[in-house]
Amino acid sequence: MIPAKFDYIKVGSVSEAINMLEKHGDEAKILAGGHSLIPAMKLRLSRPEMLIDISGISGMDTISEDDDEIVVGANCTHSAIASSELVNSQLNILAQTAKCIGDIQVRNRGTIGGSLAHADPASDYPATILACDAKIEVEGKSGKRTIDATDFFLGIFTTALTEDELITAIRFPKVVNGSYHKFFQSASRFAVVGVAAVKEGDSVKVGVTGVSGTPYRATAVENAYDGTSSAASHAVDDVDVMSDHFAGEEYRSHLAKVMVKKALEA
Amino acid sequence: METFIGKPIKRREDARFLKGAGKYTDDIKLPKMTQAAFVRSPYAHAKINSIDTSEAEKADGVVAVYTAKDGCGEYGVPCGWQVDFKNGDTMREPKHPLLASNKIRHLGEAVAIVVAETLEQARDAVELVVVDYEDLPAVTCPKKAMEAGAPKVHDEWDDNAAFDWCIGNDRAEVEAALASAHHVTEMVYRNQRLAPNAIEPRSYIADYDVNGDKWTLYTSTQNPHLIRLLLCAFVLGIPEHKVRVVSYDVGGGFGSKVYHYTEEALLTWISKEIGRPVKWTSDRSEAFLTDAHGRDHHVKSKMGFDKDGKIVAHLTDEFCAMGAYLSTFAPAVPTYLHGTLFQGVYTTPLIHLNVTAPFTHTVCVDAYRGAGRPEATYLLERIISKAAKEMDMDPAEIRFKNFITPFNGTTEPGYQTQVALQYDSGNYEGVLKRGLEMLGYEDFRKEQEEARKNGKLLGVGISTYIEGCGIAPSAVVGSLGARAGLFEVGHVRVQPTGKVQVLTGSHSHGQGHETVFAQFVADKLGIPMDDIQIEHGDTDQVAFGMGTYGSRSLAVGGSAIVKSVEKVLEKGAKIAAHKLEAAEGDLEYAEGKWTVKGTDKSISFGDVSLTAYVPHDYPEGLEPGLDFSSFYDPTNFTYPFGTHIAVVEVCPDTGKVDLQRFVACDDVGNVMNPMIVDGQIHGGVVQGIGQALLEEVVYDEGGQMISGSYMDYAMPRADDVPSIETDRTVTPCPHNPLGVKGAGEAGAIGSTPAVVSAVVDALAHLGVADIQMPLTPQRVWKAMQN
Repeated sequence: MIPAKFDYIKVGSVSEAINMLEKHGDEAKILAGGHSLIPAMKLRLSRPEMLIDISGISGMDTISEDDDEIVVGANCTHSAIASSELVNSQLNILAQTAKCIGDIQVRNRGTIGGSLAHADPASDYPATILACDAKIEVEGKSGKRTIDATDFFLGIFTTALTEDELITAIRFPKVVNGSYHKFFQSASRFAVVGVAAVKEGDSVKVGVTGVSGTPYRATAVENAYDGTSSAASHAVDDVDVMSDHFAGEEYRSHLAKVMVKKALEA
Repeated sequence: METFIGKPIKRREDARFLKGAGKYTDDIKLPKMTQAAFVRSPYAHAKINSIDTSEAEKADGVVAVYTAKDGCGEYGVPCGWQVDFKNGDTMREPKHPLLASNKIRHLGEAVAIVVAETLEQARDAVELVVVDYEDLPAVTCPKKAMEAGAPKVHDEWDDNAAFDWCIGNDRAEVEAALASAHHVTEMVYRNQRLAPNAIEPRSYIADYDVNGDKWTLYTSTQNPHLIRLLLCAFVLGIPEHKVRVVSYDVGGGFGSKVYHYTEEALLTWISKEIGRPVKWTSDRSEAFLTDAHGRDHHVKSKMGFDKDGKIVAHLTDEFCAMGAYLSTFAPAVPTYLHGTLFQGVYTTPLIHLNVTAPFTHTVCVDAYRGAGRPEATYLLERIISKAAKEMDMDPAEIRFKNFITPFNGTTEPGYQTQVALQYDSGNYEGVLKRGLEMLGYEDFRKEQEEARKNGKLLGVGISTYIEGCGIAPSAVVGSLGARAGLFEVGHVRVQPTGKVQVLTGSHSHGQGHETVFAQFVADKLGIPMDDIQIEHGDTDQVAFGMGTYGSRSLAVGGSAIVKSVEKVLEKGAKIAAHKLEAAEGDLEYAEGKWTVKGTDKSISFGDVSLTAYVPHDYPEGLEPGLDFSSFYDPTNFTYPFGTHIAVVEVCPDTGKVDLQRFVACDDVGNVMNPMIVDGQIHGGVVQGIGQALLEEVVYDEGGQMISGSYMDYAMPRADDVPSIETDRTVTPCPHNPLGVKGAGEAGAIGSTPAVVSAVVDALAHLGVADIQMPLTPQRVWKAMQN
């Protein structure tokens, strides 16, 4: 469990991080909490030659209110999010999500930006990001831009971030009626299925993680929603469902419907 | 005067463990020490065409790189137990090389070792070793390994069988009884393969001292003396008196650290080659691939009953995996540690077990907490519960009908089974009655009925186990194929000041020997526990030992210490009589002093100890000193037993099992420290729950492991387990001086079938009769769909 050799730099600003990314290209990796990257490096499955540590950038670990929005800095740890009064009162669904990630040690180190950029198909945040219609604020050599949640996840470990970009913050609308429901994989405690639902009036927005290589908005469910949970039967319509030792395609599809039903009933 | 036996004395060793001050092998750093890392095969079965180490040898910090051609350990690692074929043919015993030479037989098998100044350098250089493999088809399932045309693990034999074996009554007689039985219950399943997962991975340091011409091997083992014997006499051919094996603190073993591993021998050999100490510590990924696994039995069983539910016959055929080679005790596990428990706690008159033990392209299988006995208990307890359902009987009722009646083993004889062993003492209905009472069984059944009406799936499962432990009489195990004796050594060294050092051949790797052994020695000598030090794990200190496994430490190791304590008191009485000018027969020993009966004339243990070492005024002809070592060889195994009852609720939507209650009423004989016994039961129960619900080593068809990390191998966690409710009955062991039976494995043996039966009970009205372990949500859900 010893990584291959690598260089390390701790940067003090976003622009410095971008400069380093530009300089080292695909030999570099951003280090935030390190809870996905470091294990992969220890197994030598990941061999970056340069780690750019962004954990010291000031202002990136704050949670703030901006009119109708909550802005969560990319460097916020899961435990900071889970315990934030602002998040608990104005964006409770995000606190629910953060609370069921990993264990205390993971939550104390892992960050929301790191998790999103890593894009593990069984991670929790994507469902909530999608259901909330959050916006991911990123910065790169060509400046700042905002990516809609629905455009962010492209596939397994693949996002819309370009090589020189990093996530700086996630901008959420305040959510009154939202909930996250997770079926844990018994070994890793990642999500076999994670479903986030945000209800507004007669409509619902449903984000699903763990089921497909790419987390998705369950639009078939949203379209069929009639205020009851019957739309849950559409949870995997037109979805390419993953299969593994713990949950084959049939069972995972069933679980997706069960968890969507729970979310719609919540 | 304060006494200690039977009290929940807090563990003396815990202060250092909790403070991070334990001394584990990987904590040891010797001057000039080098670090090793292995090149391991990414294939399960492959031909090695070539190995090129030239780049690795040139890499920074590399001291040496070795492959099989360097000639280390010519004979390989031996097996410690011989089980011959039923037809009399000798067990097939392949050479188990320290490094693979031309053939790979399991994933992770070592091909080369790199020794470097630092671990980082060794790891980097491992990547520079180029091995040309030719991937070959593999077989990982023991049943498939015996099919015609299966890939062969060892080319020298016609098929993959290491041996076959049977025990019990004549097969034809058993078959006839089944044919005429009122009812026959059948089961076909796998007792799945498990990884032992000790929290401390295996770790070794070998150090050759050229001046003393002596090797020291620091090793995380349960069994230091046996490791020395095997290493010296069988693998490296070096003189035993020139090797010291040291095993200080060890972070759990569960069986996996009993065996002599190739890495221990290889490092010992290398330390002389390079003239420097060399360390290797397994990482978790290596542990999954190379620590001996447990279980992996493929079972087909039939049990016949008369119309009243009495068992009339039991017939079982099993395929039990050995893995690629024969690990130290591997052949004993599915045979003498397994078939001999097929009587269970029942009066079954006819029993036959037939075992085929094939080689497979997997890491070796050997004893894992319970070793053969959990597999036997699982079968008996599941098939009886299944039969009860089929015959519309209550699972408790069918057990009461079949129990062996209580016997104490002293005024009443032991119980002779159909499968070789004679049970020492038992009261099987007593523990079931108490278990049912603890649960509130009658009330639970009513609650279950109500819950079902509301769509809730509640179930209860009962297991009434027996196990054979305190292994074992040397002559008995010798006749069964063991290549070692299974006695134990206990040495009591009284210092001139009356302080006592106890040296034991048992090995503590979590059991709490430093506390428990001191408790009974303190009581026997009538001195404070603080005056007693327990030492273990160093072959230069302890004369000999057979290590710790099979719940033997207290029953066998403790008995050896008692023998030495008795010798100390016997000699002490002679000295006391001399000093008190009384006849030995007029003395009594209590509260740490000899007193002339009926008088106030006495002499303390401390004064007698001093006299023994300053023998100025001393009995004529008596040797000075107060120092005795004893070997204790038990006359029988011990047979703890108990009842475990699980209550579960199954989620009808997802199949997830919620374990709501777990009741354990165990009888481990006399109890020295109830807190430690509870701890052992708790730990064992949780491991058994792990097997029932969570754990499984999965190899795919090609021999790749798809459960090789904690991301995929599910260990039980605190929130998987309810608060465990324990109680005990006490039926002393009649044949050892402490009356103890052993508690180390009971939890893991009794719990698994209780949990599975509870889940099946919850789903019985849906037509579910059995579910393959582990009972993952997916498997339970699928069972509900069918």
